[in-house]
Amino acid sequence: MNIYLRALKRDLRIAIRNPSSILNPLLFFIISVSLFPLAISPESATLAQIAAGIIWVASMLSVLLSLNALFHHDFENGVLEQMVISHHSLPLLILSKITAHWILTGIPIILLSPLLGLFLFLDGDGIWILMITLLLATPSLSLIGALGASLIVGIKNSGMLLSLLILPLYIPILIFASSAVSQAQFGLEITGQLYFLATILMVSLMSAPFVSSIALKISLE
Amino acid sequence: MWKWIQAFASPKNFYQISQKIIPWFLVPFIVLALVGLYWGLIVAPVDYQQGESYRIMFIHVPAAWMSMFVYLVLAISGGIGLIWQIKLAYVVAKVSAPIGAAFTFLALVTGAVWGKPMWGTWWVWDARLTSELILLFLYLAYMSLNNAFDNPKTASKASSVLAIVGLVNLPIIHYSVNWWNTLHQGASVSVNKVAIQDSDMLIALLLMGMAFKFLYGALMLMRARDEVLVTEQNSSWVKKVIMEHK
Repeated sequence: MNIYLRALKRDLRIAIRNPSSILNPLLFFIISVSLFPLAISPESATLAQIAAGIIWVASMLSVLLSLNALFHHDFENGVLEQMVISHHSLPLLILSKITAHWILTGIPIILLSPLLGLFLFLDGDGIWILMITLLLATPSLSLIGALGASLIVGIKNSGMLLSLLILPLYIPILIFASSAVSQAQFGLEITGQLYFLATILMVSLMSAPFVSSIALKISLE
Repeated sequence: MWKWIQAFASPKNFYQISQKIIPWFLVPFIVLALVGLYWGLIVAPVDYQQGESYRIMFIHVPAAWMSMFVYLVLAISGGIGLIWQIKLAYVVAKVSAPIGAAFTFLALVTGAVWGKPMWGTWWVWDARLTSELILLFLYLAYMSLNNAFDNPKTASKASSVLAIVGLVNLPIIHYSVNWWNTLHQGASVSVNKVAIQDSDMLIALLLMGMAFKFLYGALMLMRARDEVLVTEQNSSWVKKVIMEHK
């Protein structure tokens, strides 16, 4: 556990000293959301209907954008190899990197989402549900994303490949999360969707660190 | 048994034995496909609702079956490769991917061709169609990951991990898409409305289904033979084979 916290602190410190690595995905998130009213319609009724979907797609894409860097620097300067050959548990170390990634991209996205919800005329309940779905499911995005990132760690120019690997696996999350928000806008029951999101989170939390440690070992062979 | 499997799985033996096995897949495919097409296109009666156009089902449904079956083969043989370090399993996984993607694409295209006269539109966001589309994405992801590495060994291991993760995800994707569809639009059209009650239709469909299985077996073995030659290009038996065919 100690090593988990130390690795987490290290990742956070590196990120804080290079703020653009945190800010760029967030700026991308805000800009891509603000493109939709321009492209579709500025009308409040239309936007309120599609707000949850837009915010969810944009947050997935910005998570995807930041995932490229998840293992990249540690791979380039050899830290990743040291992690693999060290006597500490590799899944635990990967989990700490995933946690750092979630703190640096997931939490800011959750905090920004009410603002963007207002931009898109989402009502109060809708914004709350949107935040709850983001809180439940952005950790899954980081977990599944780490799995994809560990598969392609040694490949150059792998950004496009990563999206091809991961986005199909994100589809269930997208479906349950955005349908929870739009159902809530009609005043319907949404516990089912939230349970599904929680299940996906639990399953990926239990499996993704282990699978990505296998994948990392393969990529570093 | 284990020794027999290992002996068969050595690339050299596989190359020699598979040559004798391929006709056992090709001939049944041709016979079954001819009989199945005859049964489907001529013997089976006209559908009382859909007229003649339902007959595309005899290609569409077997292709959709195969799209899922081949993914299963791909993921399982990837797993066998990872667990027991059998090179031939990776070869089977790798050569199966384009075949499976082709079956998936065929299912989508024939679905669109069938959809136009039936529903008046090429595409509907029906749950089955959407799952099939995502399956195609999974195949493409596997193939591009397999091509992205310089080292073929790393490529086959990494892409096998992806295939297994995809296999675990497939049911989740399938059910989420099912649910999404029932939430967003009433079941205005459903692909599965064709209740097959006529025995001639059923026989034709099963014949075509079996024909497609044999076709996959033959294509997979033929591609695997080529792939084995490429991966083993530095060994002496490959050189011998090449010299013989010069």
